[in-house]
Amino acid sequence: MDAAVDLTRLALVGNPNCGKTALFNALTGSRQKVANYAGVTVERKAGLFTTPAGRAVHILDLPGTYSLRARSPDEQVTRDAVLGQLAGESELDAFVCVADATNLRLMLRLVLELKQIGRPIVLALNMYDIARRQGCEIDVASLARELGVPVVPTVAVKRDGTRALLDAIDALQVQADVPASQWQEPDANAVRATHKQVEQILADCVRVPDNADRFTTRVDRILLHPVAGLLVLFSVLFLMFQAVFTWAAPLMDMITVLFDGAGALVQQALPAGMLQSLISDGIIAGLGGVLVFLPQIMILFLFIILLEDFGYMARAAFLMDKLMGRAGLHGRAFIPLLSSFACAIPGIMGTRVISSWRDRLVTILVAPLMTCSARIPVYTLIIGAFIPRGKVAGVIDRQGLVMFGLYAAGIVSALVVAMVMRLFFWKGESEPFIMELPGYKIPDVRNVVRGVLQRGQIFLRRAGTIIFAMMVVIWFLSTFPGAPEGATEPAINYSLAGIIGHAIEPLLAPIGFNWQIAIALITGMAAREVAVAALGTVYAVSGEETGGALGALLAAQWSLPVGLSFLAWYIFAPQCASTLAVVKRETNSWRWPLFMFGYMVTLAYAASYLVYHGAMMLFGG
Amino acid sequence: MPDDLSHVVSSSLGKVRVGARGIVMGLDMAGRDADLERLLLEIGFVEGARVEVLHEGPFGRDPIAVRVDDMRVALRRREALAVLIQPDQET
Repeated sequence: MDAAVDLTRLALVGNPNCGKTALFNALTGSRQKVANYAGVTVERKAGLFTTPAGRAVHILDLPGTYSLRARSPDEQVTRDAVLGQLAGESELDAFVCVADATNLRLMLRLVLELKQIGRPIVLALNMYDIARRQGCEIDVASLARELGVPVVPTVAVKRDGTRALLDAIDALQVQADVPASQWQEPDANAVRATHKQVEQILADCVRVPDNADRFTTRVDRILLHPVAGLLVLFSVLFLMFQAVFTWAAPLMDMITVLFDGAGALVQQALPAGMLQSLISDGIIAGLGGVLVFLPQIMILFLFIILLEDFGYMARAAFLMDKLMGRAGLHGRAFIPLLSSFACAIPGIMGTRVISSWRDRLVTILVAPLMTCSARIPVYTLIIGAFIPRGKVAGVIDRQGLVMFGLYAAGIVSALVVAMVMRLFFWKGESEPFIMELPGYKIPDVRNVVRGVLQRGQIFLRRAGTIIFAMMVVIWFLSTFPGAPEGATEPAINYSLAGIIGHAIEPLLAPIGFNWQIAIALITGMAAREVAVAALGTVYAVSGEETGGALGALLAAQWSLPVGLSFLAWYIFAPQCASTLAVVKRETNSWRWPLFMFGYMVTLAYAASYLVYHGAMMLFGG
Repeated sequence: MPDDLSHVVSSSLGKVRVGARGIVMGLDMAGRDADLERLLLEIGFVEGARVEVLHEGPFGRDPIAVRVDDMRVALRRREALAVLIQPDQET
C-alpha cells in the first residue's frame, strides 16, 4: 500500500495522552496496520484514508513526545520521522499536530519547534468538547493567526468529529520541494523563549476557568491519597486477576467443547492411522490447547487498556515510584512491568520510555519475572489439578488465592533481583522521574475494543505460527520412531521426545520432574503455553486412557510436591524463545539474553528444589 | 541567574509540603545534570510559572504531584530541589 505515488504522507505528532491514537482510529477506521519501524522495535502504526475531496492519505501515528530533543528510542523515531531522516520511511508532506484542547501549553511549544522544519502543519485541538464543557474558551481564529498554521477543533470519539480536520487536510498545499529544515536542538534559553511566546499566545487566545478540571482534582484526592490510593491500587490489581480467572471460564469451556468436538469428528471421518493422529492429536488438540487461553489474554488487556485510557497508569507509577526506586527501578518501569503481566514482549518493548540505559536494562532483565499471560495456562492447569476448589474465609476463591500468591512471588522476586543487580553491577543514580499526570477521561468504548482486538490478533498470529509449528514438531518428535515390534511400554517411550526427555531426566530428578515434564520444558521454549499443549500431547498419545481432562490425568500421575515444584519452576523459568529474541533485539547483543537465561534457570532450579523438598517434608511424596 | 535571586527566593519545590503554592523563580542547576534543566523547562517549570504541591507519595512523602500552571506533573523531590520558588505569603 506504500507504493502509490499520489499519496499525501502525513504524520500525527503530539504530547503523550493527547488522544492521538483515538484520532488515528477515527481517521483510518480499520484501514490500519501495526508493525515495527525498520531496524528498531518501536511500534509503527500506519493507516490509509480518503478525504471528502478524494485525496488519498497515508498517515503515521508517531510516538508521543514533548520535544524533538529525543531522549528515548520512541522519541528518536518521532524526531527522525519529522526530520525525514528515518531509515525505511518516505519523507512526510505535512504534520498533523494533535493537542489536548484542555491542556495546550506544552503542545503549542512543540508546534513552534516543529514549524522550524518548514513543512505545512495543521493543529488539531482534540477533545474540544471536553474543553468546552470545562468552560475553556479558545479563540480558534486568533490562535491560527498567531501560530501561523491552520487550527481545527476535533472530537475523535464522536461521529463527524474529524470533519474540520479532513477539510483542513484537503486544503493543504503540499510543496514538491521543501526548503531545508531550520530546526536545531534548542538550548535551555531557547526553550524559555518559546515558553514566553506560548504564554503570550495563550493570554491572547485562551481563557481557562480557575478549576476547569475539578473532576480530576476530586478523583486524585482519593486515587493519590497515601492510604486510600494504595488500597485502590491493590484492589484494582486483585480484581484484575480474579476477573481473569472467573470471567474467562465459560468462554474457555466453550472453546474446549468446540475443539473436542472437532477432534472427535476427525476421528470418525478418517481411518485410524498416521494422518488421523496428526490431525486430531497434533493439529486440532494443539491449536485448541492454545486458543483456549485467548479469553484470559483479552480480559487482561481489557483491564490494561481501560486503566491506560482512563489515565490511571500514570497514577500507579506515582504511587509505586518510591518502592520501585528502592529496588533501583524507575517509576516509569511500573507501566512496562505491568504490561509484562500480559506478555513480557510488549513489556520489554515498552521499556523504551525509560531513557537511561542502565534503568532500562535492569527493567528488561526482570520483566520476564512478571507473570505473563502465557503462564496462566500452566498455572490454571496445575492449580486446577492440585489445589482443591473452595472458599477461604468464606469469600475468597482458594484457587484464585494461589494464583494471586504466584503473581506476588513473581513481583517480589523481580524487585529483589533488580535491587541485587543495581547493588552489584550498576551503581549510580537513576534517571529523573518526571511525568505528566493526565486529566482523567472516560475511555471510549470503540477505541478500547479496537485495542483489545488488536492484542488478541497479535496473540493469535503467534499461536497460529510459532506455537502451531511447534505443536506439529512435538507431535512428530513424540510419534517417530514408532514402537518396535512386541513393545511393552507406551509408544512415546521409544520416540525422539522420549529419548530426549529420558536423557535430561537425571538432571531434573532432584526437583521432582519426570521425563514427560522434561519434554514439556523443552518444547515450552517456543512459548510457555506450549508446555500445556505438549503435556497434553505427550500424555494423550502415550496410549493410556485419558478419560477426563488433562488436569485430572496429571493429578493422578504426579504427586502434590511435583505439581508445586512445577509451579515454582514457572515463576522463574525463561520458558520463551521469543522473549529472549526480543531482548537480543533490544539490547543488540546475545550477552543479555544469555545472562537472563542463566540467572532465571538458576533461580527456577533453586526454587523448585526448595519447594519440592519442602512439600515432601510437609505432605510426603 | 540563581545567585541574584538568593535574597528573594525563600524555598525550593523539593522542600515544601502539600498545599504549598508559589511562583517559580529559577532553576538551580549547580551540581546537577545539564539535561535536567531542559527537561524541567520542557514540562513547564519556567520562571513565572505558578506551582502548587497537590499530593505526596505514600512512602517517604516522595514523589510529589505538582500543579504547574494548568497541568499536573509528578516528580521526585530530588529533582524538585532544583526548582526555586517564591512561596505565596500565608494569609
